[in-house]
Amino acid sequence: MSLDVYQGESLAIVGESGSGKSVFVKCTMGLLDANGRIDSGSILYDGQDLTRFQTDKDWLKIRGREIAMVFQDPMTSLNPLKTIGKQIQEAVELHQGLKGAAAKKAVLEVLSDVGIDNPERRYKQYPHEFSGGMRQRVVIAIAVACRPKILICDEPTTALDVTIQAQILELIKAMQKKYNLTTIYITHDLGVVANVADRIAVMYAGDIVEIGKCDEVFYDPKHPYTWALLSSLPQLGVKNEPLYAIQGTPPNLFHEVRGDAFAPRNPKALKIDFVERPPFFAVSPTHKARTWLLDPRAPKVEPPEHIRTLREKGVNRIV
Amino acid sequence: MAKYITKRVLRSLITMFIIITILFALLRMMPIEGYFENFDKMSSTQVQVKLNALGLTDPLPKQLLRFYNQVLHGDLGESNVYRKGVAITEIIAEKIPISLKLGLISLLISLSVGLPLGILMARSTRTRFKIGDKLGTVFIVLVEAMPSAVYHILIQFAGSQTFIGKTVLGLPMLFDAANPKSYILPLISLSIGNIAYYAMWLRRYMVDEANKDYIRLARAKGVPGGKISRRHVFRNAFVPLVQYIPNSILFTLMGSLYVESLYSIPGMGGLLVTAIKRQDNTLVQALVLIYAVISILGLLFGDILMGIVDPRISFAKKEGSR
Repeated sequence: MSLDVYQGESLAIVGESGSGKSVFVKCTMGLLDANGRIDSGSILYDGQDLTRFQTDKDWLKIRGREIAMVFQDPMTSLNPLKTIGKQIQEAVELHQGLKGAAAKKAVLEVLSDVGIDNPERRYKQYPHEFSGGMRQRVVIAIAVACRPKILICDEPTTALDVTIQAQILELIKAMQKKYNLTTIYITHDLGVVANVADRIAVMYAGDIVEIGKCDEVFYDPKHPYTWALLSSLPQLGVKNEPLYAIQGTPPNLFHEVRGDAFAPRNPKALKIDFVERPPFFAVSPTHKARTWLLDPRAPKVEPPEHIRTLREKGVNRIV
Repeated sequence: MAKYITKRVLRSLITMFIIITILFALLRMMPIEGYFENFDKMSSTQVQVKLNALGLTDPLPKQLLRFYNQVLHGDLGESNVYRKGVAITEIIAEKIPISLKLGLISLLISLSVGLPLGILMARSTRTRFKIGDKLGTVFIVLVEAMPSAVYHILIQFAGSQTFIGKTVLGLPMLFDAANPKSYILPLISLSIGNIAYYAMWLRRYMVDEANKDYIRLARAKGVPGGKISRRHVFRNAFVPLVQYIPNSILFTLMGSLYVESLYSIPGMGGLLVTAIKRQDNTLVQALVLIYAVISILGLLFGDILMGIVDPRISFAKKEGSR
């Protein structure tokens, strides 16, 4: 797969569980699990190839300093035995070069930045004294306190109450503006995507199958997988009819995938989908999809009904 | 915090009260021979006179109250057989310093060897061949699986005997308070089990902690590996171990039965067994009481220490939830 991230943009990577979203961003921070390794390819950042990094020491130039991350579950991402002030201060001391009282002042500032009242008192409290949403604010504060250029949010709202989700997304957006961050969201929640993303990359079986601007992907999706994903939005369901669900499960990536990885689950798959992997076809300068349907020789396949409804109604009103 | 401590202290006092009562009841069921040095040669009148003098013919409630009163005043009675007529507190006062001294040194050794070993093993689990972890595991399994008598004898033998006509270490085989060299083998014997214990548990807790999300976050924010190990992983993994440290310290008072008899150390270790064997009722009673008190205090201090190092504990109580 190949993906460019532009400075200042907000990119969302969507896909179902196991499509490789998280592994992909972990690669960019050298946070792969012990059994993971990069065999080939390159990750270029600021003229350096991050895949060449061997030691932790190399990565320390990137982690926090250039790229920071917000994790999925705020209940477990904070050290339970350290005050949240100290945990943020650790980031401040590492990346802003401040010490002692000055560092504490910076911590209090970032705490009020992320909307935590009474920072003086909160500074001395432990994670268990915070609610889930508040903890996620602290995690965001830690990420922001690193003063990174890129902020990766790995399913930042999945573990949160629905009422809190919107607040957290607003907060991330506000932080993006204030600190001039490039943000990458990883999510399987299309509602999140519609809210925050400039561009969307749809991932399936470790590959990007469609990428384009938010409107392009929502209103004019080209790949059958994107169709299926959007059709599964419960908001598009019709009363008294069962909700749409994609049949089958993602392929086991231990076996070689031939052709289009989604073909076995796609009722309208073409023969060639089982034989040869489709290349990217450009729909517009910013929109491309990896499907044979875009080949001039392909038969005309109409997108499913849901997608047509989506086109008519406009996505933001639905999601 | 204060509320938590008060609650724990009160609970310990109740436990202690119950133990004293049960102990009293058990001892009244023992044969009365245990109160005499030469029971067989005494006439029944003599026996009766002695029992009267000891207050053992009084009604039970009266005896029980007297027992509470004695214990409260720190009077543990006199030995009847072991060292006739000598106050038990006096006997113990001679023996405790020896056991305590050896025990505390050994505990210090155990912690200062066992903890680094555990850290080393935990860190090694993330290297390619895990050599440190494997070697450490071999050591732990050997120590834990072998009956301790076996390695104690091996240690004593290897340290003091001659092999094929050659003295290897030539350390004294038996303990002699005046000879510092004679401390070495008993200390090794006393420490080796604890070293394995601390290393095993610390390694285990550290591996657990190292896989938690907050460690991932710490790495993602760019904290260097060594700092993560010290500030986050070790600190948090040590908390569950902290609970047992007061107990370990207190139990050094009682010495080790096997090690003390092997090196003939005149400490507390063998005292209870001797007292039981020679049916010295008051001495047994006093020693069991001391064991109980030590256990309770150990748990109490352990809980308090936990409350100090783990902020979640005192708070959970205060809010009355979770």
